[in-house]
Amino acid sequence: MFDHKHFLGLENFPREDIQKIIDTAFEFKEVLNRPIKKVPSLQGVTIVNLFFENSTRTRISFELAQKRLSADTVNFSASTSSLKKGESFKDTAQNIEAMKIDAVVMRHPAPGSSKHLTEFIDAKVVNAGDGTHEHPTQAILDMMSIQEKFGKIKDLNIAIIGDINHSRVARSNMYGLISMGANVTVCGPANLIPENISDLGVKVNYDIDEVIEWADAVNILRIQRERMGIGLVPSNREYRRLFGVTSERINRRKKELAIMHPGPMNRGVEIDSEVADSDQAIILDQVLNGVASRMSILYLLLGVKDESANEG
Amino acid sequence: MNKNKQILTSSDISRKIIRIGHEIVENYSDISRIVLLGIHNRGVPIAQRLKKFMKNLTDIDVPMGSLDITFHRDDFRERLTMPEIKGTDINFNLDEKIVVLVDDVLFSGRTVRAALDEINSFGRPSIVALAVLIDRGHREVPIRADFVGKNIPTNDGEHVEVKLKESDNDEGVFLIFGDG
Amino acid sequence: MRAQMKVNKLDNKVLLKNATVVDPLKESQSIADILLVEGKIAEIGRIRDLDAITTIDCSGLTLTHGFCDLHVHFRDPGNGDKETLESGSMSALAGGFTRVCTMPNTQPTVDNPESINYIIEKSKPLPVHIHPIGSVTKGQHGAELSEMGLMHQAGAVAFSDDGLPVQNGLVMRKALEYSKMFGLPIINHAEDECLRAEGLMNEGRVSTRLGLVGNPSIAESIMVFRDLKLAELTGARLHIPHVSTADSVKYINEMKNAYDKITAEVTPHHLFYNDEYLEDYNTNLKVAPPIRDPLSREALIKGIKNGTIDCIATDHAPHTAHDKETTFDLATCGLIGLESCFGVVKKILADEEGLSLIDIIKLLTISPRKIMGFDNNLLEIGKEAELVIFDDEERWTFQEKNIESKSKNSPFINQELSGRVKYTISSGQIATTL
Repeated sequence: MFDHKHFLGLENFPREDIQKIIDTAFEFKEVLNRPIKKVPSLQGVTIVNLFFENSTRTRISFELAQKRLSADTVNFSASTSSLKKGESFKDTAQNIEAMKIDAVVMRHPAPGSSKHLTEFIDAKVVNAGDGTHEHPTQAILDMMSIQEKFGKIKDLNIAIIGDINHSRVARSNMYGLISMGANVTVCGPANLIPENISDLGVKVNYDIDEVIEWADAVNILRIQRERMGIGLVPSNREYRRLFGVTSERINRRKKELAIMHPGPMNRGVEIDSEVADSDQAIILDQVLNGVASRMSILYLLLGVKDESANEG
Repeated sequence: MNKNKQILTSSDISRKIIRIGHEIVENYSDISRIVLLGIHNRGVPIAQRLKKFMKNLTDIDVPMGSLDITFHRDDFRERLTMPEIKGTDINFNLDEKIVVLVDDVLFSGRTVRAALDEINSFGRPSIVALAVLIDRGHREVPIRADFVGKNIPTNDGEHVEVKLKESDNDEGVFLIFGDG
Repeated sequence: MRAQMKVNKLDNKVLLKNATVVDPLKESQSIADILLVEGKIAEIGRIRDLDAITTIDCSGLTLTHGFCDLHVHFRDPGNGDKETLESGSMSALAGGFTRVCTMPNTQPTVDNPESINYIIEKSKPLPVHIHPIGSVTKGQHGAELSEMGLMHQAGAVAFSDDGLPVQNGLVMRKALEYSKMFGLPIINHAEDECLRAEGLMNEGRVSTRLGLVGNPSIAESIMVFRDLKLAELTGARLHIPHVSTADSVKYINEMKNAYDKITAEVTPHHLFYNDEYLEDYNTNLKVAPPIRDPLSREALIKGIKNGTIDCIATDHAPHTAHDKETTFDLATCGLIGLESCFGVVKKILADEEGLSLIDIIKLLTISPRKIMGFDNNLLEIGKEAELVIFDDEERWTFQEKNIESKSKNSPFINQELSGRVKYTISSGQIATTL
C-alpha cells in the first residue's frame, strides 16, 4: 500500500515503494509512446509548480507530466532576492493554498525547505530539489533508466562521479540505490566528498580509471565551479584529466558501460562530447523517463483518495 | 451461507468462445481489418483463444493487443486501494480498423467506457465492437455487447466469477452468493 | 675569491679505495672499496688494485649516500641573478647533496604543469637530481587551489606556498583534502600573518633591547597546531618546514602519537644560532621563521634526538648583495645553506650534542628521501652512484671561496665548522671540493 502524503526524499523510503513508483513509471512511459499522450487520471486536480530557483528542464518535465495526466497546472517562479528568509516563504505558500490547490511541486535553494512547506500548507508536496539536500524525482528517473537498461537494480555497480558534497542528485541517488540493493561508489575530488560519506553505505574511490572499470553504470554530475566559492577545483582541464569521463577512458573498457548525466552537461569537462553522444549514453532516455517518473509519482500521490480523510 | 453454483464448465467456455469467433467472422466482410483488444485481466486470454480460433478458421492472423484501463478509470477520487497495473500493449495503429474489445464479464459498463476512452489515444477505428463471455446486466452507462457468450441475470449481493486455466487453477464460470 | 670546486665527468672506471662505507639504510659500517663503472656501482668489497684505472684514495674518509635536501630555493624561473638551476646544483654538489627539491616561489610561481615541466626538462643535463615542488594555491595568493593533479602527473613531489603561509584555514583544509588523492604532502610555511605582523626578528629580550619589532613564537606554533589538526581531520600528509619553536616541537610530538602522516624538518641555522647573535643586526641572520632564543634551540635539538623532527633541510635562500646590504628592516629574509650544511650539522649535533655520525647521516639521507618517496637503497650493485665522501674530523673555516651559489648571503663565513665534504658523485659526474 503506497502510504505517503508527500514526496520529499528517498532517505528511509521503503524499497517496495520505490519499486512501485518505477513499475508505474514504465506504464506511463507506454502512454508517452502513444499517438495521443494523455490519460484522464488527474482530471480536476490542480498542481502548482513553485520554483524559487531557475530551472527550465525540471519544470518543463513536471509540467508535461501534469498535463499528460490531465491535471491543471499553475507556474510560479519567484526570485529569492525578493524574499526574506522564512517569513515571506510562509506567506507565499499559504496565499497559494488559499486558492484551493491539491499539490505543490517546489524547488527551493534551502535544504529542508520542502519539509518546511508541509508545515504551512495542507496540500501534498513534491520536492523538486531543496538546495543541496535531495532531488528525489531525479533519483527515481535515474533508477528507472538503470532498470530499463539492465532489467534490475540490485547488485549492480553504480558509480556517481563529481561534486558529491554539493549535489542533491547524488544524495537522493545514494539513498535510493542503496535501498534497492545496488553497490554504490562515489568518485570525485577529495575536497568535494564529505568525510563521513561511507556512513551512508557507499564506497569512496578517487581513481576514475578503476571506477570506470568496475561500474556497470556511471552517473556523471555537472561540475559547477562558480558555485564552489574558493576555487576548490583548480581548473577545467585538471578536472577533466583527473575525473573526466573521456573517450579514451571509455574506449579502454571491454564491456559496455551505461553513461548517465542529469544535465545540463559541460561538454569537454566532466564528460567528453563523443561520450555524451555515444551509443552507451542513456542521457536522452533519462529525459523521457523523467516525464514518466513524475507522472508516476503524481499519480500515486494524487490518484487515490486520501486515506486519512476517510475515517468512519 | 455459500450456495455457489457452477454455470459453465470448461468445455462450455470453449464452445462459447468458438461460437463468438464464428459470429465475428460472419459479421464483418473485411476480416483483414479486424483487431482484437483483450481487456486485462481475463479479457486477454479470451482474446488469445479467439485469435487462435480465427486463425484456424480463416487462416488470417488477427492482430491482438491488451488494454489496461487503470489510468482511464472514472473512479479515481473514490477508490481507496491502488489498482494493480498490468500494462497496455498495443503496437499497431487503430485507424480504420474494426476493433473488437474482449472481456470476461460485462457488468456496470464502466470498464468498457474507460476502454473506449483509452483506444482514442491509439487512433480512430471505423468500428468498435464488444465481445464478452458473460453479460450479467445492471448497466450504469449506455453500453451494450455485440457478441455474448451467455447472459446470466444477477441480483444484489450476487457475483459472477470466471476462472480460466491461463491464470487460475480451475476453469469455469460460477455464480457466487454472499461475499464472493 | 673564486670558487674552488671542480666538476668533471666520471672516468669510465673509478675505484674508490679504502673508504669507511656507511650504509644508513642497513645501518652498517665497514672499510671497503667501491668500483664504479660508467657511473654505476659495479662492486663493493675489498677490490684488488687494478692497473690503469682512476683511483681515489679514501683512507680516513667516510663514504655514504649523497645528501638530499627537500627544501631549497633556486629562484628559477625568474630571478637568475640570485640563482639558477645550474648554479644551484653547483651549490648542492659543494655541500655533498645529490638530490634536492625546489620550492615554487619563483617568478612566475610554479603553479601549473607547464612550469613543473620546465624545471624537469632544464635540470635533465644537470649533475644533481632536482625535483620540483608545486604551489598549493594559484600564484601563492592563498585563495584558489593550483592544478595539483596535473602537476603531480608532470612530476611534482609535494605542494607548498613556502615563503608565505596558507593563511585561510578553509583553503588549507581543502588543499589537504585534495592532496590526499595524490599521496603527496602539503608543506605549509607556518607563520600566522596577523600575529607576525611587521615582526623582523624573534620577539624576546633581544628584540626589545635592539628596538626591532618582534615576531612572536606563537605566530608559528599556533599555525603548526592548526595544520596538525587539519591533517588529522582530513587524513592527509603534512610536512612541517623549518620548525623553530619549542611549542611547535611539542605539538608535533603529541600529534605524531595519534596520527602517523606527519613529518618535520629543521634548518642548520636554527640549530646553530640563537637570537643573541643578531645583536650586530647581521642581515644574513634575518630569516623567516626567525632565529629564536636559546631555549627554543635546545627544544629543537631535543626534538631531533627523540625523533619528533625527522630530517635536516637547509631552506637554501639565495639573495643578492643588493637585497642584503641594507638596513635590517628592509633586508630580504633568507640565507644560503647548502655548502655549509654538513659542517654545521656535524659540529652542533655530533660534536656538541653527542649524536653519532650515522645518526647525522640519516638526517641528511634516508630520512628526507623516505619523506619524498625517493629510493633509499643506494649502496647496491647496478645503482647509479649517488655518493658523498667526507672527512668527518676535519675542522675548517667556512669562507666565501667555498660558496658555489651565485649568492653569498651566508652567516657562516668565518665560522669554524666540523666535517668537510671532499667528493660528491652524482649523475656520472664527480665534484671535488678539496
